[in-house]
Amino acid sequence: MATELSFEKQLKALEQKIQELKAFMKESGIDLTQEITALEEKQKELRTALYENLSPWQKVQIARHMGRPTTLEIAEAILTDFMEFHGDRVYGDDPAMVGGIGFFEGMPVTLIGHQKGRDTKENIARNFGMPHPEGYRKALRLMRQAEKFGRPVITLVNTPGAYPGKAAEERGQSMAIAENLKAMAALTVPIVVVIVGEGASGGALGIGVGNRVLMLEHAWYSVISPEGAAALLWKDASLAEKAAREMRITAQDLLALGVIDEVIPEPLGGAHQDKPAAIQTIKEAIFRHLQDLMKLSAEELVIDRYEKFRRIGAVVSFLELDQS
Amino acid sequence: MNWREFFTKSKKRQYATLPASSSLSTHKAARSESDTVPDGLMEKCKKCGAILYKKELAQNLYVCPKCGYHFPMSAPERFRLTLDGGVYFEYDMDLVSTDPLSFPTYREKLEQTMENVGMTEAVLTGEGTIKGYPVVMAVMDSRFIMGSMGSVVGEKIARAIENARIKHYPLIIFSASGGARMQEGILSLMQMAKTSAALARFEASGGLFISVMTHPTTGGVSASFAMLGDYLFAEPGALIGFAGRRIIEQTIREALPEDFQTAEFLLRHGQLDRVVSRKEMRDVLGRLISIHQQRGWAHGDGAKL
Ligand SMILES: [Zn+2]
Repeated sequence: MATELSFEKQLKALEQKIQELKAFMKESGIDLTQEITALEEKQKELRTALYENLSPWQKVQIARHMGRPTTLEIAEAILTDFMEFHGDRVYGDDPAMVGGIGFFEGMPVTLIGHQKGRDTKENIARNFGMPHPEGYRKALRLMRQAEKFGRPVITLVNTPGAYPGKAAEERGQSMAIAENLKAMAALTVPIVVVIVGEGASGGALGIGVGNRVLMLEHAWYSVISPEGAAALLWKDASLAEKAAREMRITAQDLLALGVIDEVIPEPLGGAHQDKPAAIQTIKEAIFRHLQDLMKLSAEELVIDRYEKFRRIGAVVSFLELDQS
Repeated sequence: MNWREFFTKSKKRQYATLPASSSLSTHKAARSESDTVPDGLMEKCKKCGAILYKKELAQNLYVCPKCGYHFPMSAPERFRLTLDGGVYFEYDMDLVSTDPLSFPTYREKLEQTMENVGMTEAVLTGEGTIKGYPVVMAVMDSRFIMGSMGSVVGEKIARAIENARIKHYPLIIFSASGGARMQEGILSLMQMAKTSAALARFEASGGLFISVMTHPTTGGVSASFAMLGDYLFAEPGALIGFAGRRIIEQTIREALPEDFQTAEFLLRHGQLDRVVSRKEMRDVLGRLISIHQQRGWAHGDGAKL
C-alpha cells in the first residue's frame, strides 16, 4: 500500500526535473518557462499513454494507493448532516467497517463501507479495512434500520478481505457474511454498491449485494487477491501479476462479464491525484442510479436484485454442446 | 477427450438421452456399491491407523469402527445411504461450465476430473424421500476440484432451492467444499450471492432448510448457503471455517488449538445446532422433518407450506 507507484518511475523522474528547473529559475532569474512547459506537456503525454494501457497488476497497485478516497471521506463529501453510528449491539464496534446516515441530495440515506486508513498508523487502527464478524453485523443492523425508515442504502467496498483471525472464526465470520448476503437479497429499499478500491472475496461481497454495482476505473474485485490466487493455484505468491491477469479482476473485465453495471471514470493518474473530482464523479453516478431505483416499488426492488444475481454464471447443457 | 466425447463414449451415455429443456431430469439412479468403492481390499484409517476391510467400512457408512473417524463420502453414496431405498431422481446432470475466463488448464482439469470422479460437477442435486417424506437434496463431493463452487455448482444449488420452494419440500444440503472455485474468478464469488438470494426467497415462502456441513466446509461455501440453514448440523470432526488455518496462523503469528474450526469447536462457540454422527443422520433428519409437518398453534399459516 505504498504512496509511490513503481510503474511511475519515469513520471517521477520527469516531475523531479521540472521541480529542479522551477527552483533554478527562481534562484537564477533565468526564464525557463518554455522548457518547463515543454516538460510538463511531455509528462502529461506520458501519463496519458501509461494510464490508457495499464496492466491489471498496475491497477491493483493504484487500487491500493493510500491516497484513495476512504469511505468516511466520501461520506463527508457527498452527504450533508452525516452522522456516524457505532457497534453491532452484541459484541463491539468494528473500526474496519463504518456506517451512518445523512442527506444525499436532500434525501435521507444510509451509507456503509469498509474503512481503510490514510497512513500506516491509521491503517493499523482500522485493521487495514478487514472486518471481523461484528463489522458485518453492524452493517446488517444499519441496513435493517434503513429498511424500517425507508432509506436507500449506499455501500462502499474497499477491503483486502474479511479478517482471517482466530477471534473472527470464533465469532462466526462465515455466518456473519452469509447472513448479510441473504438479508441484502431481501431488503425492500434500493441498494447501490460502489467498489472504490479493493474488492476481495466474501469480505467485499458481504456488503456487495446491490440493485446496482458500480466500480471505479482502476478498482479490482475478485474471488481472492491476486497474491492469494497465485499461492493457491501455483503455490507461488510471486506469480500475483499473472494471477491478476488471468483472474479477470478489473472493472473493464467485470463489465464485460456482466457482474457490474457501470465503470466510474477516475481522474488521470488515479483517484488519489484529484480526490474531490473523483468523489464528485462517484456522487453523480450514485445519484443517477438511485434516481432510477426510486421509481421501483419495494417488491420490484427485491425482484430486480434477485434477478440480477440469479442470472450471473457461465453454465451450458452438454446436450446443447452436442448439437453444436 | 472433450465433453461431447466423454458423454457419448463413456458409460454415462444414458444421461445424454435426456431432453435439454428439462431442468428436472428424470434419471432414476440407484447405483450399486461396486460403482463407488475404489479398487483395493483394505483402507487405513486416517485417524487411528487401523487397517479396515473396505467392504466392512462401506457397511459401516464409512465410519471407522475402531475410533469413529468419518471417512469422506462421495455424493452418490450419500444420496444412496440417506434416502429411502437409495432411490433418487437427479436434477440438472447435464450442466457443465463454459470456462468463462478461458483460465489456463481449467478445461483440461474439468475433463480429467469428470473422468476420474464420474461426475459432471462438484454437486449432485435431486429428490427422493426420507422416512417417507419427500425432500429436495443437494450433496457436494470434495473429490471434484476440492468440492469448489463455480457457476455450475451455484446454478444447480439455486435450482434445487427453487424446486424445493415450488414443490413445498424440505431442502437438505450436505456441503463439502474448499470454497469458491478460483478458475472462474468473480463468477464463483457471485454464486455465493445467487444461492443466498435463492434461500432468501425460500425462507420467505416458509420452507424448511436443513444444512449439514461435512468435511471440509470452508470459504465461499461456509460463508453462504451452508451457514443459512434453519438448522445447522455437522458431522463429527468436520473442518468448518471461513479462512484457512495456515493463513490465520501466518496472520496472527500464534499457534491455534488442535480442534480449531472443527465441528466440536463450532458447537462450543454457539455456531451449530448439533453435531450429528453419520449413523444417526437419517433418523435425525426424518424426525426433524416429521416435527415440521405440523405448524403448532399458528395453524392458519399451514396453507403456505
Ligand atoms: Zn479409526
